[in-house]
Amino acid sequence: MSILDIPELALVALVGVSGSGKSTFAARHFAPSQVLASDAFRAMVADDENDQSASADAFGALHHVAGVRLRRGRLTVVDATNLQPHARAGLVRVARDHDVLPVAIVLDVPEALAWERTLSRADRTHGRQVLARMQRDLRRSYGQLEREGFRRVHVLRGVEEIDAARIRLEKLFNDRRELTGPFDIVGDVHGCRAELEALLTRLGFVLHRDDAGRPVDALHPAGRTAVFVGDLVDRGPDSPGVLRLVMGMVAAGHAICVPGNHEHKLLRKLRGQDVKLTHGLAETMAQLDAEDPAFVAGAATFIDGLVSHFVLDGGRLVVAHAGLKEAYHGRASGRVRSFALWGETTGETDEYGLPVRYPWARDYRGAAMVVYGHTPTPTPEWVNNTICVDTGCVFGGKLTALRYPERELVAVDAQREWYAPARPLFDTPTRPDTVLDLADVTGRRHLEHAYGTLTVPAENAAAALEVMSRFAVDPARLVWLPPTMAPCSTSTVPGFLEHPTQAFDDYRSAGVQRVVCEEKHMGSRAVVLVEREAGRFGGGVVHTRTGRPFFGPPLDGELLDRVRAAVGAAGLWDELGTDRLLLDCELLPWSAKAGGLIREQFAGVGAAGRAALPAALAALDTAAARGLPVAALRDRMAARRAEVDGYSAAYRAYVAPTDGLRGMTLAPFAVLAGATVTFTDRDHGWHLALADRLCAADPEFFTPTRRQVVELDDEAAVAAATGWWSTLTAAGGEGMVVKPYAGPAARSARGSLLQPGIKCRGREYLRIIYGPGYTDPAQLTALRRRSLGRKRGLALREHALGLAALDAYAADAPLWRRHELVFAILACESEPVDPRL
Amino acid sequence: MLLTLTTTHEPATDLGYLLVKHPDRVQEFDLPTGTAHVFYPEATAQRCTAALLVEVDPQRLGVGRRRAASTPESFTLGQYVNDRAYAASSLLSSALSTVFRSALRGVSRDRPELAGSAIPLSIRVPVLRCRGGADLAVRLFTPLGWTVTAAPLPLDEQHPEWGDSRYVDLCLTGTVRLADALNHLYVLLPVLDDAKHYWVAPDEIDKLLRAGAGWLADHPERALITRRYLAHRRALAGQAMARLAELRLADVPVPDDSVDGVTGPADGATPVADPRRASLAVRRREAVLAALAASGATRVVDLGCGGGALLTGLLADRRYTEVVGVDVSTQALTVAARRLRLDRLPQRQQDRVRLWQSALTYRDDRLRGYDAAVLMEVVEHLDPARLPALEDAVLGHARPGTLVVTTPNAEYNVRYEGLPAGRFRHPDHRFEWTRAEFAAWVDRVAADHGYTATISGVGDHDPELGHPTQLAVLTAVASRETTR
Repeated sequence: MSILDIPELALVALVGVSGSGKSTFAARHFAPSQVLASDAFRAMVADDENDQSASADAFGALHHVAGVRLRRGRLTVVDATNLQPHARAGLVRVARDHDVLPVAIVLDVPEALAWERTLSRADRTHGRQVLARMQRDLRRSYGQLEREGFRRVHVLRGVEEIDAARIRLEKLFNDRRELTGPFDIVGDVHGCRAELEALLTRLGFVLHRDDAGRPVDALHPAGRTAVFVGDLVDRGPDSPGVLRLVMGMVAAGHAICVPGNHEHKLLRKLRGQDVKLTHGLAETMAQLDAEDPAFVAGAATFIDGLVSHFVLDGGRLVVAHAGLKEAYHGRASGRVRSFALWGETTGETDEYGLPVRYPWARDYRGAAMVVYGHTPTPTPEWVNNTICVDTGCVFGGKLTALRYPERELVAVDAQREWYAPARPLFDTPTRPDTVLDLADVTGRRHLEHAYGTLTVPAENAAAALEVMSRFAVDPARLVWLPPTMAPCSTSTVPGFLEHPTQAFDDYRSAGVQRVVCEEKHMGSRAVVLVEREAGRFGGGVVHTRTGRPFFGPPLDGELLDRVRAAVGAAGLWDELGTDRLLLDCELLPWSAKAGGLIREQFAGVGAAGRAALPAALAALDTAAARGLPVAALRDRMAARRAEVDGYSAAYRAYVAPTDGLRGMTLAPFAVLAGATVTFTDRDHGWHLALADRLCAADPEFFTPTRRQVVELDDEAAVAAATGWWSTLTAAGGEGMVVKPYAGPAARSARGSLLQPGIKCRGREYLRIIYGPGYTDPAQLTALRRRSLGRKRGLALREHALGLAALDAYAADAPLWRRHELVFAILACESEPVDPRL
Repeated sequence: MLLTLTTTHEPATDLGYLLVKHPDRVQEFDLPTGTAHVFYPEATAQRCTAALLVEVDPQRLGVGRRRAASTPESFTLGQYVNDRAYAASSLLSSALSTVFRSALRGVSRDRPELAGSAIPLSIRVPVLRCRGGADLAVRLFTPLGWTVTAAPLPLDEQHPEWGDSRYVDLCLTGTVRLADALNHLYVLLPVLDDAKHYWVAPDEIDKLLRAGAGWLADHPERALITRRYLAHRRALAGQAMARLAELRLADVPVPDDSVDGVTGPADGATPVADPRRASLAVRRREAVLAALAASGATRVVDLGCGGGALLTGLLADRRYTEVVGVDVSTQALTVAARRLRLDRLPQRQQDRVRLWQSALTYRDDRLRGYDAAVLMEVVEHLDPARLPALEDAVLGHARPGTLVVTTPNAEYNVRYEGLPAGRFRHPDHRFEWTRAEFAAWVDRVAADHGYTATISGVGDHDPELGHPTQLAVLTAVASRETTR
């Protein structure tokens, strides 16, 4: 029995004449979805699997599908004769394009047997001479396969050998997903042995020394594994010492190591190749001359055995010397290795004559964290979930390690500048992940996050793009958008479209015991991100529910100053241990922000109604005086007039004079996040208590949110809250929002997210939403048929995205990821929903 | 909504014969959107008043497409909370044609002579939405022989500081044939309201010409009336004007004022009424085309193409083998596709054009590698804080060989009468630069991204203030490699 070893990810080409049993072999050893058969593709494009005229198109489609599968990391088997070099060249090209290994399995059966099998096929299309030609092609192929690029060629001769063969899938060397750490990932050491010892000690490793006192191993009592990102050697004072320690750790299983370009060059030198002794290699060679030749030989073997990158911790962590773009993770090819060792260059050189590196990290959108070295930077910075931990120790900087999964940096200073850098070490680069790519947000997008998944239709994304790019604040400062809120189930209480009874019922049936009823302020939603001192967020930002600057300068700045002062006076910076807060608020009065809208839309309707109805009534009165029977019509007009008066009173209640900030107040009702923490798990008692303290700190500018906490099984409390709502709305209030007391991220007993709030609006207020006359019984009956499902679904989807966006913000996730979530909230808002809900 | 019609032609009650509605009865007529009531508040031999009161049923008032389009996007509620029940509009016109059908045609079985005679009439529409101001009502009705008063209604009596609403209380008095009076109202009420409650189909042209027979062809505002009546559908308005011109033998073409209509302000609210504006737009396009031609580019992108005004010029020029229009508004791209007649171009022509949605604050790989790009009147629509993102996306990432930028010259604004000091030329402009500010920006971005720049201007040069439009051409330095 022969065992055929095949990499887990490979493109396998079956090679054999027609009738050699390729399809049978493929079916026996591979899943049907893994096998791409040329016959099937001929049928797919031409409805006839023997239509040779369709071959070119069929192979075009086959190569495309093979490419897609390989891009997605799926083992792919091609069931075609593959007897001619040009056919195989196409497959090798597809494999290379996706950096996987091409493998050939040759099935060689006697021509007589193949002919026998061919004859038994009903749809046979070729004669014996064709088979003979195939057989000649097969003979000729033998010597060519490896030269054509097949990295592994398995030949099975005869039926017995074919039947006895077994396939064994083997992992790639770079696949170490089973190692879950925790890891301490150490940047470029460059022969700085003393600093390495200091760093390992600081990380908690215990050094082991040989008889000569040289460190030969280091062990972490908590079982942590060191990971070296390469460039152990060159430039520094003791490259052999570093090699000795790392080789010992790797051999003992206490460390893993990927090679750097300096190891690569050293190995070439040690193998006697002609290599220039530049960039610190001369120093290393001199130091190695003093070593035992056996040690030097061992070092060469060690370097030769290094794998250019590792995929670790279930695929969540990738380590490579110069970093690695996502398409190359877990792949094996010359260009993958080259990228891992040197990175990609743009072909240009900078003013110091050094190659300009292509900023692959800026475009990185992968889920895996990539940790690398190679390019010295003053301070490691996260760029799209990648980080470079080379802090230029040998140039007098630091030796840095990243603790994984903690994401903590630990560093020791260099003892001195061991080697002068070719260019100043500390060029300060701008944060490169502040640029966004259109591909981050447009098109139909499937989004997964910790609170669920959702698909954003392309047309919604297109609509959101316009709002986001033309009107919203800088995406870097737009960390969250408020979700839309569903009203309570439609009320059956006579005369009411919305009533507390249904709001309470909604939460009761969702299994909620305790709710908070918060006064719904009728103003404009304001999301306030405020920094204690102007930093990365420029002091903060105030924006609307669609992300627009609230008032624009200079008023937004004054508003932020006012909030900043109150947060300080209330002592919240220190108490919450943060220098940044995200507040969810309502700015009052409504006319401060929406004055134009009120005048353009709401007041106009009132003006027309207040003029038209008296005119109609006057005409009807005159007609009535003549004895015409217009009483019923007159009564209806009088009712309309009363409705318009009610409507006018409703909008007028939210109009008040303002001058700059004077006359305005802010009603905060949730403290969503600090700089590195979210508060969505805190209950509303906590949120409102903080809001109250802001009110106490600056009672002129902050408005408290009146509230009632209600146990839903306490009938008296429910009745009291209902009465409270009636009083509130009778006095011109908009209504209330009922929320699960447990907080913004409250979940039901079954663990699903609850609606974060349900609004219950006042009878009079709703006139400006449903029209002045909506309380007319006939209209009310019709309006009660309103459907809430879509709105509720939308509210929950946006809420979940919002929670994910807050988490991403607190975790300082890459901008593209934060933006993707916030953008999706805006895209959800493009969903057509009844605007009256 | 209400309309009253009074005559003092004795015997005044003959009005009942003309309208075919008995003065002593109250009648009801079912309409698609509600109920019309006709009654006579007064009916004496000296003076007779007919009232048409339309009771709109909000639930039958469908969501009007045109109506929705004419309200700001932020106010989708306008479909539900609106003045349609109160203010005269195309709903009232429909009611007129339903209820007074024969009077509108000028026929009367009982009083044929009276139907053909001009009689003293006074008409009142207590609430009429008058887009363009009360003055427009005067301009529309006066040439037809009416004495017009159009008293603006206050927006809110409790907030006198808000001033007048868009509504007027309209009174017309004159000696006019009743049928003419009704036709004037039938056409001009919806024109003043400027929002139709139904979809405007090509047969509206016939309706307009029928109702306008005898008076529209010579009306000095016929272009505006036609355009508004046909709900700003330019093709329809053009046809109607052509047919009116046949009646009149000479006429001016429909002004091309909706070119900027996609993103521009509503015509009633345009802050700048500058007659030179359209010609400046044309000269600006010519200047940009000239700059592109001088650059030798053959593959060009118009960044922020809007409705495609520049694309038309590019496509007409054979030297451009590939023309890409990019805008963030899908609506604008739809307009551009229609203007370019994209679906009717021959295949080879179609292949030269692409229209893509993109946003200039995001990098877009599709835009890389073009010979030239245009930012014509685009940068000023972006908040200054977002300009660095545009610079990175356009000059850093897309890197066209040549970039043509135009933007208003803020210094020149004092030359625009009617533009208050400190105001921008367009409500969406986030800033307007002086010549020094523009030059500083151009110099900086050119230096940052490896371009050389020349700055010029478009429009009539003012010795003190420069050109109304500033224009810069940035050219990429062949290689970014700097000397060591």
